[in-house]
Amino acid sequence: MLLRSIKDGVRSVFRNFSLSTASILCSTITLILVAVAMVLSANVDNFTKKIEDDMTIVVFLDSKATKEEVENIKTQIENLDNIDEDEIVYKTKAEVKMEMQSESAIFNTVMGDWNDDTNPLKDTFQLKVKDIEQINKTAKEIEKMDKVSTVQYGEGIVEKMVGAFKWIERIAYGTVLALILVTIFLIINTIKLTIFSRQKEIEIMRLVGASNFVIKTPFIVEGMFLGLIGSVIPVLVVLFGYTTLYDVTKGYLFSPIIQLIKPTPFIYYTSGIIILIAMIVGMIGSARASRKYLKV
Amino acid sequence: MKFIKIQDCYKVYKNGVTATAGLNLEISKGEFVFIIGATGCGKSTLIKMLYREEKPTKGKVIVGGIDVAKLRNGKVYKLRRKLGIVFQDFKLLPKLTVYENVAFPLNSMGLKKSEVKPRVIKALELVGLKEKIRSYPKELSAGMQQRVCIARAMVNSPKLLICDEPTGNLDPETSKEIMNVLDGINKELGTTIVMVTHDKDIVNRMKKRVIMLENGVLISDELKGKYKAHEGV
Repeated sequence: MLLRSIKDGVRSVFRNFSLSTASILCSTITLILVAVAMVLSANVDNFTKKIEDDMTIVVFLDSKATKEEVENIKTQIENLDNIDEDEIVYKTKAEVKMEMQSESAIFNTVMGDWNDDTNPLKDTFQLKVKDIEQINKTAKEIEKMDKVSTVQYGEGIVEKMVGAFKWIERIAYGTVLALILVTIFLIINTIKLTIFSRQKEIEIMRLVGASNFVIKTPFIVEGMFLGLIGSVIPVLVVLFGYTTLYDVTKGYLFSPIIQLIKPTPFIYYTSGIIILIAMIVGMIGSARASRKYLKV
Repeated sequence: MKFIKIQDCYKVYKNGVTATAGLNLEISKGEFVFIIGATGCGKSTLIKMLYREEKPTKGKVIVGGIDVAKLRNGKVYKLRRKLGIVFQDFKLLPKLTVYENVAFPLNSMGLKKSEVKPRVIKALELVGLKEKIRSYPKELSAGMQQRVCIARAMVNSPKLLICDEPTGNLDPETSKEIMNVLDGINKELGTTIVMVTHDKDIVNRMKKRVIMLENGVLISDELKGKYKAHEGV
């Protein structure tokens, strides 16, 4: 029974060829836009996270701070909501010196003569924040703490950039949602027209005792199949288009800070999601249309 | 044994038109009944209630033990599988062959091909159209198309055959042929037949039970009745 419904649904796509083609083309166009929006939002999300992960607040302590005072500052920092407690790194000025010496031969020579008393560097805390958009506020709170000398982070540009990326991401998500709704609407209309063109057949089916399941299932299958065909080109765009984009740009856009997601397995996940969206959208569209127009 | 029981049945449409008003009627298994009356007297509504295309506003309509008023929309198909319907306009699917049209109800019920074939052949033999199995409806005369419609209604071996003016679109000679087919079905298979008609000659010739409606009310019910003139005719 189910097999026959599936067969009928698939056959109907070809039987109403012009109608199906119109619907498939519309779905294809909207799904390409959905795919582009998905790739964009995933990438924005990816490099925003990367930037956020690399973003560090460095707290320079007063050189006269005692051990108790340092502990006190640590406790206060830990108590801040926006600070990732697991990522707090404390370095004494001696450790900072050693680190700098190991990084550069010039530093090594210059700092070689410094001892604990003459070392002008300061003890530091290196911190990571949970919400990058709140970094300015958090830095200011730390600055106010007793025995904190200065607080530094990538002030200004980075947070503005991240803020802008978040907006791009939100717009991309909004676009994806809107386009999905448009696709549902298109499928509803196609199935509605199919139902109208087959009204006599449906009426006879009802009169000769076909159950609602038998009447409805071919339309649901038809919607899913329309969605599936409509997703072929968008999937190809993702598979080949994104790989080409990655190769041409060598993996980053404009600046090495904006890194693209590696094509594998990203393109396969995205293609899978597009196929799934297309079929679910087709199913929802046809289910809505058949409920509304079949009167079964 | 009463196959159809209609008790104090009222049907008032949303626009206020009363189609049946306190109708009481019983039809036994194996009977052949004509329902006659002027246009708008409630005959079509009455038979539509028998196959649950309409629901009574008040009262009971029981067909083969099923109370149609209580039947949920999703379960209507169970009632329809127990009966066959013959329409004035045949309602055949033009893109399907005679065989496919007759097989349509069985396919809709999900029967296997091996079960469908012998039943379709048997139904087409019943109406004398076995040789037209591969023809399309448009290649057949009106009378043949109506016989295909009867075969489709009978393919499920229903206990009740509802005929809504089956000869309405046919010439007298073809009408006679169709009535012979229906009479044969009634006599040989014992199928209960309820037929709405305006055809005076058929009613007078067949000498069956005749129920006459006027303004939604039963005004006469006679065994071996004759066609009576009514207001508006």
